[in-house]
Amino acid sequence: MTQSVVVQVGQCGNQVGCRFWDLALREHAHVNKRGLYDEALSSFFRNAVLIDMEEGVVHGILQGPLREVFDSAQLLTDVSGSGNNWAVGNLTYGSAYRDSIVNKLRKAAEHCDCLQCFFLIHSMGGGTGSGLGTRVLSLLEEEFPDVCRIVTAMYPSAEDDVITSPYNSVLAMRELTEHADCVLPVENQSLVDIVNKISLMSHDAKPGCVLKKESTVTSGQGGVSPTERPFDAMNNIVANLLLNITSSSRFDGSLNMDLNEIANNLVPFPRLHYLVPSLTPLYTLADVNIPTRRLDQMFSDAFSKEHQLIRADPKHSLYLACALMVRGNVQVSDLRRNIERLRPSLPFVSWNQEGWKTGLCSVPPVGHAHSLLALANNTCVKPTFMELRDRFTKLYKKKAHLHHYLHVDGMEQSAFSEALSSLSALIEEYHHLDATKARLIPDAPRLSIAR
Amino acid sequence: MSVVTVQLGQCGNQVGQELFDVMCSDARDVHRKTYSAVSCERFFRQTTQGALEARAVLIDMEPKVINHSMSKAAKSGRWRYGETSHFSQKQGSGNNWANGYCVLGPRHRDAVEELVRRQVEHCDMLAGFIPIMSVAGGTGSGVGTFITQCLRDVYPSSFVLNHLTWPYGTGEVIVQNYNSVLTLAHLYQLSDAILVHENDIVHKICSQLLKIKQISFSDINRVIAHQLGGVLQPTLTPASCGAYSRHPIGELMSALACHPEYKLLSVCTIPQMASSSIAFSTFSWPALLKHLRQMLISNSKMEGGIDWQVCPPPASAGGSRSLSAGSFNTSLANLLILRGKDVYSAETGGFEDPAIYTSWLPPDEALSLWKSPVPFNKYEKSATLVSNSQALLRPLDDMVRKAWNMFASRAYIHQYIKFGISEEDFLDSFTSLEQVISSYSELQ
Repeated sequence: MTQSVVVQVGQCGNQVGCRFWDLALREHAHVNKRGLYDEALSSFFRNAVLIDMEEGVVHGILQGPLREVFDSAQLLTDVSGSGNNWAVGNLTYGSAYRDSIVNKLRKAAEHCDCLQCFFLIHSMGGGTGSGLGTRVLSLLEEEFPDVCRIVTAMYPSAEDDVITSPYNSVLAMRELTEHADCVLPVENQSLVDIVNKISLMSHDAKPGCVLKKESTVTSGQGGVSPTERPFDAMNNIVANLLLNITSSSRFDGSLNMDLNEIANNLVPFPRLHYLVPSLTPLYTLADVNIPTRRLDQMFSDAFSKEHQLIRADPKHSLYLACALMVRGNVQVSDLRRNIERLRPSLPFVSWNQEGWKTGLCSVPPVGHAHSLLALANNTCVKPTFMELRDRFTKLYKKKAHLHHYLHVDGMEQSAFSEALSSLSALIEEYHHLDATKARLIPDAPRLSIAR
Repeated sequence: MSVVTVQLGQCGNQVGQELFDVMCSDARDVHRKTYSAVSCERFFRQTTQGALEARAVLIDMEPKVINHSMSKAAKSGRWRYGETSHFSQKQGSGNNWANGYCVLGPRHRDAVEELVRRQVEHCDMLAGFIPIMSVAGGTGSGVGTFITQCLRDVYPSSFVLNHLTWPYGTGEVIVQNYNSVLTLAHLYQLSDAILVHENDIVHKICSQLLKIKQISFSDINRVIAHQLGGVLQPTLTPASCGAYSRHPIGELMSALACHPEYKLLSVCTIPQMASSSIAFSTFSWPALLKHLRQMLISNSKMEGGIDWQVCPPPASAGGSRSLSAGSFNTSLANLLILRGKDVYSAETGGFEDPAIYTSWLPPDEALSLWKSPVPFNKYEKSATLVSNSQALLRPLDDMVRKAWNMFASRAYIHQYIKFGISEEDFLDSFTSLEQVISSYSELQ
């Protein structure tokens, strides 16, 4: 049984993280009721490290129903926060707490029988999650170079209320490009859209269609926390993403997909490791429908732009690779049929025309008969990154708010220009691949054998 | 003579469990004492309590599949795996051949060799080894190749017949073509012969012949097990002088693996139909053999959509037959195994036609015929054809072409290099396989 260590940094990271633990508890409790042996649960919770430079969120967790579950040894807090300043998070707190962080990570790693991967959860726009979070990432690379690092990064929307979020995001992006094995970017705006769509469905439902309330995707109800707070619905979705990625390591299936297989299959070149996640279904209708059609609809939805967790349209960009993690009573023939059906409309790069990685896990999430998580390494991230670069440049050109950063000990202006060129280089790599999209690339000439 | 099976990775362990299940039911349901005794001795051993224990070693880099296979076997009530005959780790190979071959295989070599040694010691006489694995993943392919090498080193005079499952062409694992190329190139040097099943073909058998609506991997594995069982269960061979052969693997090798450059064997079985239809069907040897022969020469590995237009080219046609020209499948050697009623009166002349073979071997040497009067797995009459022919040429070529395209852009190469193989190793593997493709293409 492999374990992962979840490191949640900053306000957003900790809120999403706690949603994840909540839902995971619920999922395992549900499965346990059916008598399936579950050895994961007992050691599950020791594999968490919670970091925040303000006390509010983490202390809230300690007062709340999850207090039994976490040990104070796993927590790291300070009082004054990072002031939405990446440099404060990364350099000031990063240096001050370096040893403490490394110790806590080691402790969590030692608890694991077999450590497979580190999950890092943080937002990009703020100061702690973004700055200290990326510092933790580089510490993970230093101390545990052989363990996979998967980062779930929450990207700010254009209308983000933190003015300096473009700076924080771009500075953090550089770290992610250099030190992460995989990054799952999530955009706040997409989560908002999805949540709105779900509540529209439930208010506006046709007669006879009732949304099932107990599904883990739509509601944290039935979990440990009794009430739902504002960002909860959005955080639920991200928490489900993590649940689905780890499902094959936790439950049986006829075609297992472990975490170490994800990086190996989806990252063809070291820097191009941004994987767009999409989750279906987002809600379950309680009415009876012909099972196969609903199943096929689930596959189609996974590629529609409404189900992507960043604002992007992968169908109209170029796929480098795609992974499908299916949960529930789905067989290989259903998988094959849908891949064959959808394949013609999805543009794949010339050297990976059949680039599918598939996994079948027999246990579905609570409240659903089956579910699908798609991870796409697709050039549709390029517009998102370009927008981010534009927002950054708008501020940087006028040197707005720069002094807040440069005042921090250890922060140089070169950090900004380097981060910008790292992002530009990344965009260029995606651009290069995009250019091959329309072209018909002939097969590479084969080796000829003298006879 | 006993066979030791080594089940490697998820596929190997799942297929292996179905295989032992088929062979055990076949041996037990049949009311022929000698047949049952030979079959049980070959694949199982009787424990002191009278239970049947499979002569198998189960290897995987993570525990879930082995646990599942072992409990499934125990649940059958008729046979089981040895309590201590398995080896697993906590974390898989990440679908990375280099991880399996360069890191995990060597690391666990001693433990695995020990398990194999114990199984070998339980055999009065060792007929050979059958490693069962897939080529798409990391453990079956990488660790499997390494273990095959170990078997070669430790038991240099024993036969090694590798059974491989080739993945769906449309992808199960993105780097499957790399893993396949590396595995095949290495196994070609290590193995005596390589018996291949392709998921695409078996899937078609399940949907078109067995009429299964929602096909699961268990269905696929059961078809593979049925076909393999048809090859491995006891038969009377020309060399065995009226008794069931004691050297199944050796005789298979001498029948089919006549040249070191030609080791790829394909299997097809006839009839293959939904079990509910079997009772309503009548079978005749002439019809079965006629279909089987056409399946062979038109390269259709299942009975359905056979192209009856394909026929052997006239003897006078000169020039070499390239891959694309014509769909005629030339054989180097064939092994025809007939099981069931009236087996001694079956007329197999169609398979001795020199036009279907290359000119190197006289047809009576190119064809080997094994028979068993015992019906196999519910079919009153059944025939299995193991063929060393151009049947696998197209899928092999496709696999190499896709891998080469990927290699040309160096995609994913960094994932392999970090575990210890180099671009040179890749190139060597490509070269070996181009050689194999060239050899098979030029059979005429």
